[in-house]
Amino acid sequence: MWTPLSKIRQRLKNRSGLSDTNMLLIITIAVFFLMYLCAMIFLKGSFLRPQMFFNMLNENAALIILSCGMSIVMISGGIDISVGAVTSLVCMSCAVHLDYGGGSVGTAILIALGIGLLFGVVQGFLVAYLEIQPFIITLAGMFFARGMTTIVNSTQFNVAHEGFQALKATRLYVPGMGSVNRLGTYVPAYVEIGVVVALILVVALFALLRWTKLGRGFYAVGGNRQSANMLGINVKRTKFISHLLCSLLAGIGGFVFFLHVGSGAPSHATGAEMNAIASSIIGGTMLTGGVGNIIGTFFGVLSLSTIKNIVALLGLDEAWWTNITVAAMICLFLVIQSVVLSRKNRNKL
Amino acid sequence: MPQTARRKNKFVQGLTGLAKKQLFIPFVALMLLVIINFIADPSFFSITLGTNSAGNPVLSGNLITILNNASELAILAIGMTLVTAASGGQDISVGATIAISGSVVLRVLCGTNTQVSTLQAPIIVAFLISCVVSMFFGAFNGVLVAKFKIQPMVATLILFTAGRSIAAWINNNRLPIVSDATFGYFGNFIPGCPIPTPVFIAAACMIVIALVLKFTNLGLYVQSVGINAQSSRLNGINPAFIKFLTYVILGLCVAVAAFIKVSRNATINYSVVAKDIEMDAILAVALGGNALSGGKFSISSSVIGAYVIQFLTTTLYSFRVQSDALSAYKAVVVIILVVLSAPIVREKLSELWKKLAPKKAVKEAN
Repeated sequence: MWTPLSKIRQRLKNRSGLSDTNMLLIITIAVFFLMYLCAMIFLKGSFLRPQMFFNMLNENAALIILSCGMSIVMISGGIDISVGAVTSLVCMSCAVHLDYGGGSVGTAILIALGIGLLFGVVQGFLVAYLEIQPFIITLAGMFFARGMTTIVNSTQFNVAHEGFQALKATRLYVPGMGSVNRLGTYVPAYVEIGVVVALILVVALFALLRWTKLGRGFYAVGGNRQSANMLGINVKRTKFISHLLCSLLAGIGGFVFFLHVGSGAPSHATGAEMNAIASSIIGGTMLTGGVGNIIGTFFGVLSLSTIKNIVALLGLDEAWWTNITVAAMICLFLVIQSVVLSRKNRNKL
Repeated sequence: MPQTARRKNKFVQGLTGLAKKQLFIPFVALMLLVIINFIADPSFFSITLGTNSAGNPVLSGNLITILNNASELAILAIGMTLVTAASGGQDISVGATIAISGSVVLRVLCGTNTQVSTLQAPIIVAFLISCVVSMFFGAFNGVLVAKFKIQPMVATLILFTAGRSIAAWINNNRLPIVSDATFGYFGNFIPGCPIPTPVFIAAACMIVIALVLKFTNLGLYVQSVGINAQSSRLNGINPAFIKFLTYVILGLCVAVAAFIKVSRNATINYSVVAKDIEMDAILAVALGGNALSGGKFSISSSVIGAYVIQFLTTTLYSFRVQSDALSAYKAVVVIILVVLSAPIVREKLSELWKKLAPKKAVKEAN
């Protein structure tokens, strides 16, 4: 009994506390579970049904993918505010392609990936190799994508393509999670295909960031460019790849969004970039770079969605309440992060 | 022959010297736009003196429109430049704060009524109250950035999200309209004066900031904090306070811009007013050649940058570009400008220039 305990103590001492990334991750996950528990206890209603949770996933599958891309860029010290606009461009292009261009779902997916890749290559090149500030480049990218969306088609329309409708209506039922509705019939819980894509991507990206050379490179470049360079990391290429990945994920996220809403419109996904940034921040990613976690981002999106649902359930229907609570939540998280990190750094000195 | 060559060399040197100045990029962009417009349609520049519906003489024409519509952006660019220089980040909440500030003006003027014929308070009082409110929100951003050391873009994301909702809440989700004629003077025309009033207001703001920078150490302090906050602290400057101050100044700029915006239409729609103006304001700063990571700054080039953006918008409109598609063209122009002004590209270009220049000299000598 003696030795293991003292060993653990020793190990904890050696580690001198948690790393920034892990500490922020734990805070995020704790807050999410606390919030959801409180909602289940005090609000009851639909929060007690598992489908509530799955609906949150269904609605936010695209946002999860976008936020993951945003986190990668933020970890490597950049920012990409074009993701929302790219999403809407992908929606519109795919919609037009399916209904007027006579395309199939497969080619639509290719178009989505192509748009993402194109934005990624151009923005990544300009940011990494010409060393222009990412904010300005992606701002221009945002303007461009929004403008192109209206040039492709300026009005909203729903897609009638059969193959697409079949894919959109596909539901994966989760066994043992259903509930009995008011009429007494059993309604099984379901998730959409987009959620599966999002979850696979979250796991894949988590592995990428955790265990690959490239993934560690993102952290190194974001933490300190100079020392990353001295470690032999190709800083420019790493930055390029981070932007490429983000835009590519925006393309995939765009298609998932398209799959969820089933229409193309210039106003789709307005403010998605800010939601993605907010989710990343709540998830413990710092805009200064070098700190962050994909799992945290995932919980960040869920926390954002939970608070929105709580506000809606409280009966504060007026639209302004949602925004104000979301803002208050971001504020709270920022202050917590700031205080926690500054206290920790003081201990170190 | 050698003399002309030398003179030419001097000319080239002068040109390259000029190219290094910050004012160069926005100035060249402006010139390019002027030339393009001149070739495409010289009548673009015509200014006519007409009368408006009230029977007062007013100037109209594209140039006047540009000067008039760019006023808010130019005023915001002043504050945004200071914020960028001191804190190395941008305030993305200005559009939302304009909505708040404008709503406050309407709230004070209209009370709880939606349509009033007699104002509930003098206009100056409404303006001052909106200034205070706007500066308070600026201070909120400032505290987060300076005290809690949160990155500016993230800190201002809070108000960006909540601002328009707060604006809706101030007026109880209604859109009051002011039908008093004097209130419209500030956004349109003062009877008897053919030049739109916002132009004067913008000019006044520029003069004030120029005087402040000339007679106080604000500019120097802002610059030193932006370049190295640690060493400026060792030199006896309080970096946190300077950063805080720039956000409050930006708050004041926002209040003035919001006042013009409200006065133009006698009302505001809080959900769409000044939408994306934060992006344009940041663009103006970047076009002005200011580093978005802080440090050295030039307000005059930012202001010119603001006018370039408006010039571009008006030019595109005159080419009959759809208003929704406008942003795509704008983006292309912005990318070209930014790429041309990137240090790496400039180095490459100047190398190319050097390679070409001696050949020419040799040819001339022969």
